[in-house]
Amino acid sequence: MCAVESRRPSRELRQKVPRAREPGHRRRIRRDRVLLVVMAPGVLYFLIFHYGALFGNVLAFVDYVPFLGLADSAWVGLVNFEQMLGDPQFWNAVANTILIAGLQLVFFFPAPLALALLLHSLVGTTVKRFVQSVVYLPHFLSWVIVVALFQHMLGGAGVVNGWMGELGLGAIHVIGNPDAYKPLVVAQLIWKECGWATIIFLAALSQVDDQQYEAAALDGAGWWRRLWHVTLPGIRPVIVLLLILRLGEFLEVGFEQFFLQRQAVGPEAGEVLDTFVYFTGFANGEFGYAAAAGLFKGLIGVALVYTANRVAHRLGEQGVYRR
Amino acid sequence: MRATYPAWQGKPGPGLRLAKAVALVVIVLLVLFPLWTVVATSLASPQDVIANGGWVVWPERFTLGAYAEILDGGVVTRALLVSGGVTVIGTALSLVCTVGLAYALSRPHVYGGRPMLLLILFTFLFPPGMIPLFLVVRTTGLFDSYAALVLPFLINVFNLIVLRGFFQSIPAELLEAARIDGAGELTTLWRIVLPLSKAVLAVVSLFYAVAYWNRFFEAIIYFNDQTKWPIGTVLRQYVTGGADLSGDSTVTSAPQSTQMAVVVLAVAPIVCIYPLLQRYFVKGVLTGAVKA
Repeated sequence: MCAVESRRPSRELRQKVPRAREPGHRRRIRRDRVLLVVMAPGVLYFLIFHYGALFGNVLAFVDYVPFLGLADSAWVGLVNFEQMLGDPQFWNAVANTILIAGLQLVFFFPAPLALALLLHSLVGTTVKRFVQSVVYLPHFLSWVIVVALFQHMLGGAGVVNGWMGELGLGAIHVIGNPDAYKPLVVAQLIWKECGWATIIFLAALSQVDDQQYEAAALDGAGWWRRLWHVTLPGIRPVIVLLLILRLGEFLEVGFEQFFLQRQAVGPEAGEVLDTFVYFTGFANGEFGYAAAAGLFKGLIGVALVYTANRVAHRLGEQGVYRR
Repeated sequence: MRATYPAWQGKPGPGLRLAKAVALVVIVLLVLFPLWTVVATSLASPQDVIANGGWVVWPERFTLGAYAEILDGGVVTRALLVSGGVTVIGTALSLVCTVGLAYALSRPHVYGGRPMLLLILFTFLFPPGMIPLFLVVRTTGLFDSYAALVLPFLINVFNLIVLRGFFQSIPAELLEAARIDGAGELTTLWRIVLPLSKAVLAVVSLFYAVAYWNRFFEAIIYFNDQTKWPIGTVLRQYVTGGADLSGDSTVTSAPQSTQMAVVVLAVAPIVCIYPLLQRYFVKGVLTGAVKA
């Protein structure tokens, strides 16, 4: 979610430097040679690992045999895509992805806003700082650790089931239960990222003009009315922008979290598009087919981001990029 | 500390304040309690752990036996060294390359600057897929090399944009003055720009270091040699995957303690550097996120 400004030289600057005296390519390269050397490793990185990988998408159009390499594998055109469209497992992955993304949108998206409102309402800075430090921490833990912690707490022999046993209640069956899988992954996401996601809301909340609260309070508005008529309208642009960005990357439900837990619940409940690509490619060795599914998801993703930005611009908000 | 409410707001009623206090305590416990029981279980004696069914909230007899076992030169020790090395070298390399590219792109009129910036921003829109990236790693001969954990993730576009934005915000007069005093681009970068950017560099280093330390998936697809696995991959195998660590050495502590000790060691470095850098990162995130 970076808004990147376009830096064009201002008009005066362009007028000061007449076109005719603009140095030629060679002279500019000579002039900037130190900078060019400094940026070279970074440029090479993007060319190899991003644009090389972009080129690697031709895999989607071949029947890739690792032993033969890319050049000698047979060109099959759109066969991989045809196979994909007729594959129930692929559509199962699509359905799971959309369902989980929808759950994330409904349950994960408002959670940081609520937490930010709570934190913002605290007047004591010591308490506020402490709570912030605590809730930001899980963001820095890897998914392996988060999954391990959830197993430790909610697993069959975990802490919570120990308590349930002591209280004479039946064990809860959450980990490895296909029916509980989708709520579980959303809960994990909230545990890990909710605190971190408050940062941007807190920044927006601190921008709301105090005089508006004062005026509302003088007019007799209680905390609920101030929240509804001052706070929320004040941060509406940020909420709208984040919502649009989230819709733009709707299919990005995450990979590692699902990769780690898919085996425990089986593909029917646990397969999302990214894990489908992984297991098709690495477990079944169908690299061409997996690349096709990955490319399909990537293209839908670009279309979604593009549409989301169009909508953002139409609503008068700034998107990921400028028009 | 007595809280002071703004005059117009007045003091909220006791019910509301109680509800807020309860909510905060619950939230803090939800985050900290799981971490606490993991530490407690890793430190508890085998009798305690077994008697309580595999976990402990308050260990009665402490022992460092679990740590002694996994730090005894086995799989986990090796993995910690691998992760530490990858994190240190990776962060340093990432920082150098990101700073170089960000600085060059922050200078107006640098040769090829604008097309390069557009090329980079496009990768935001269309990140490399798993399979094509795998093909690139294979082609560049990084298989079974620690470089496969570093080079494909050398520059993070978000960090790059944050740094570039910060460099652009440095007053041009400062750089101009340095140039008049005869400083070349590198001297200006080293003596003027970087000292002014300490806070944002700290944030970017933290983000890179955490990402390197936490990386586990790539080792699964890029390494055939399991002895090269970093700690995250080992953690997945032995803790979440449920494989037995006791094949490694003669284990005498409860398996749960050993597992939780691995978790603790994987979390510890992050928790240790976290307070040091915390005061910087909110600022760093916001520079990148709400830059208009």
